[in-house]
Amino acid sequence: MPLIKVVDIRKIYKMDGSLEINALNGVSAAIEKGEFVAIMGPSGSGKSTFMHILGCLDIPTSGQYFLDGENVSELKKNQLADIRNKKIGFVFQGFNLLSRTSAIENVELPMFYAKISIKERREKALQALKTVGLENRVNNYPNQLSGGQQQRVAIARALVNNAPIIMADEPTGNLDTKSSHELMELFVKLNNEIGLTIILVTHESDIAGYSKRIIRFLDGLIINDEKTK
Amino acid sequence: MIDINSTIKVSIRALKVNKMRSFLTMLGIIIGVSAVITMLAVGLGAKQRITQQIENIGSNLIIILPGSMTVGGVRTGYGGASTLSIGDAQAIVKDCPAVLRDAPMLSGSEQLVYRNQNWSTNVQGTTSSYFKIREWTLAEGRGFTQQDMQGATNVCILGQTVATNLFGSTDPTGKTITIKNIPFLIIGVLISKGQSLMGQDQDDVAFVPLSTGQQKLFGTTFPGMVRNIMVQAKNSTDINFAQQQIEALLRQRHHLLPKQNDDFFIRNLTEILTAVQQSSSIMTLLLAAIASISLIVGGIGIMNIMLVSVTERTREIGIRMAVGAKTPDIRLQFLIEAVLLSLIGSIIGIIIGSIGSKIVSVIAGWPTIISFYSIIIALGFSVFVGVFFGYYPAYKASLLDPIEALRYE
Ligand SMILES: Nc1ncnc2c1ncn2[C@@H]1O[C@H](COP(=O)(O)OP(=O)(O)OP(=O)(O)O)[C@@H](O)[C@H]1O
Ligand SMILES: [Mg+2]
Repeated sequence: MPLIKVVDIRKIYKMDGSLEINALNGVSAAIEKGEFVAIMGPSGSGKSTFMHILGCLDIPTSGQYFLDGENVSELKKNQLADIRNKKIGFVFQGFNLLSRTSAIENVELPMFYAKISIKERREKALQALKTVGLENRVNNYPNQLSGGQQQRVAIARALVNNAPIIMADEPTGNLDTKSSHELMELFVKLNNEIGLTIILVTHESDIAGYSKRIIRFLDGLIINDEKTK
Repeated sequence: MIDINSTIKVSIRALKVNKMRSFLTMLGIIIGVSAVITMLAVGLGAKQRITQQIENIGSNLIIILPGSMTVGGVRTGYGGASTLSIGDAQAIVKDCPAVLRDAPMLSGSEQLVYRNQNWSTNVQGTTSSYFKIREWTLAEGRGFTQQDMQGATNVCILGQTVATNLFGSTDPTGKTITIKNIPFLIIGVLISKGQSLMGQDQDDVAFVPLSTGQQKLFGTTFPGMVRNIMVQAKNSTDINFAQQQIEALLRQRHHLLPKQNDDFFIRNLTEILTAVQQSSSIMTLLLAAIASISLIVGGIGIMNIMLVSVTERTREIGIRMAVGAKTPDIRLQFLIEAVLLSLIGSIIGIIIGSIGSKIVSVIAGWPTIISFYSIIIALGFSVFVGVFFGYYPAYKASLLDPIEALRYE
């Protein structure tokens, strides 16, 4: 059984008047546990829309989504929140850390909503920050960290709750080349050592080169899906 | 269960980010609560004072005054006529079952002299029942005896004010003073009663036996007539019966025809004071209600700022939802923020209100009481205001769609 399986996913945005935008036009795919997938495609081809649906941040207009065998497309808002909390770590292009909140507190956030005790939260957050190499930036605020460091905090936050999947939408989009490659090496390490399933959206083929499989989108459809390693 | 401590910490941090704004938001609650606390304190103080005075004049009290008199077309006020007699007083206790005891009264303003000291006061001739009716006990010495009453002896009992003015701190009992050049032996001094409701000093008084007053001090053209009669009903439920019985008896004794008006007035003192007490309670409630309007205005202020805050922090809400915050988590966070605003505001308000009440009591010379209940009411009401006005913004925040919220600029 694949970890992720989507069947004929469609997403239609209804705009004012009768204008409809078909962001996804029937996407089907399966991703196994431990895979490292890069999603590529031109701007507006529906990559982000697809990622948001995979990440349970958004719901498809039609189609089915099975996560770990569970039919996620039938779940309610609060149940989706639970899935995001326990199974998915999301990394955004714009970092999306809470400002005026220290690195470690940002990392603790998912565990706060998982109702884990303060003591355990501290320990696990420290451990996660160590994993991403930020053990000496624990108490810094986001505005005191570089873009690369902020994105590492976001990754620590994504993996702290032992979520099996990390989804990243253009995680290197706001980073320079050096930080981008350091970040990708971190993803490779997490994929190899912990066996995390990683799905990332990127425009750059050298970034996609770190992955083991590339799915290409065009006009809301998968046009190419190949294993590269 | 969600970790309330951490949620409160998060809320406090959010409030600290905009300290000035948080303070201004609380201001409405601060003003409202301090006004409510002050109003209740002043009102309770007033009520306590009136209650004390009611206890002071004695319970279940009725006073009978003679009717007015018309002399050449000019009507006198109450008590102008001399229609009440000692006989009336004796008949009332004997024939009115609802009456416990009564005391006929005579009075006049006289100069009291002791050696080189003198003091003008209200001298009252009455019987020993009077002190029982007024529940007025002696601080020193003894009261009037049967012998004093029958023999019209020259004895007197002083109120505290008179005693201090004539004798300073020495004990007046056993000393002799003169009233209208007649020597009087001081047999007792009464305890202090303080001011009456009208602000009169009730201790500025001296008492002599009724018979002594009649025969030696207040020579009247109508022997046996008295100024007024104080009556005590058996208990509070009997007051109305007592009034009816007295009226019937006096009409009969005064030979009044059915169409003739009463030639006396009956006043229920307790009733008058209770009415004053009630109106002061109503006044207190009214003032507190007006003051609490500003609490509601304060609540609207909280709602307004919370709505602004939810909009400003849409992205934060999106991030929290993305990592697993559920609807109730978000709702609770904003609700706690609103309640904290009103709670902190109301604690500051309680402190300011308490100081305000003290200032009022110093300036107006009126006692103020800050009761435990008024503090509980203020706290409870402000929590209610926080929840009531904080709910809508919190609800709005919790309904946000995670992806919309994350996209919010
Ligand atoms: N909230 C929305 N309302 C309306 N249309 C939307 C919305 N979000 C996305 N779209 C549309 O859906 C289509 C797919 O958008 P999506 O963001 O998935 O593209 P993308 O592949 O991520 O592009 P990029 O590489 O530029 O990020 C686009 O045509 C976009 O305009
Ligand atoms: Mg995109």
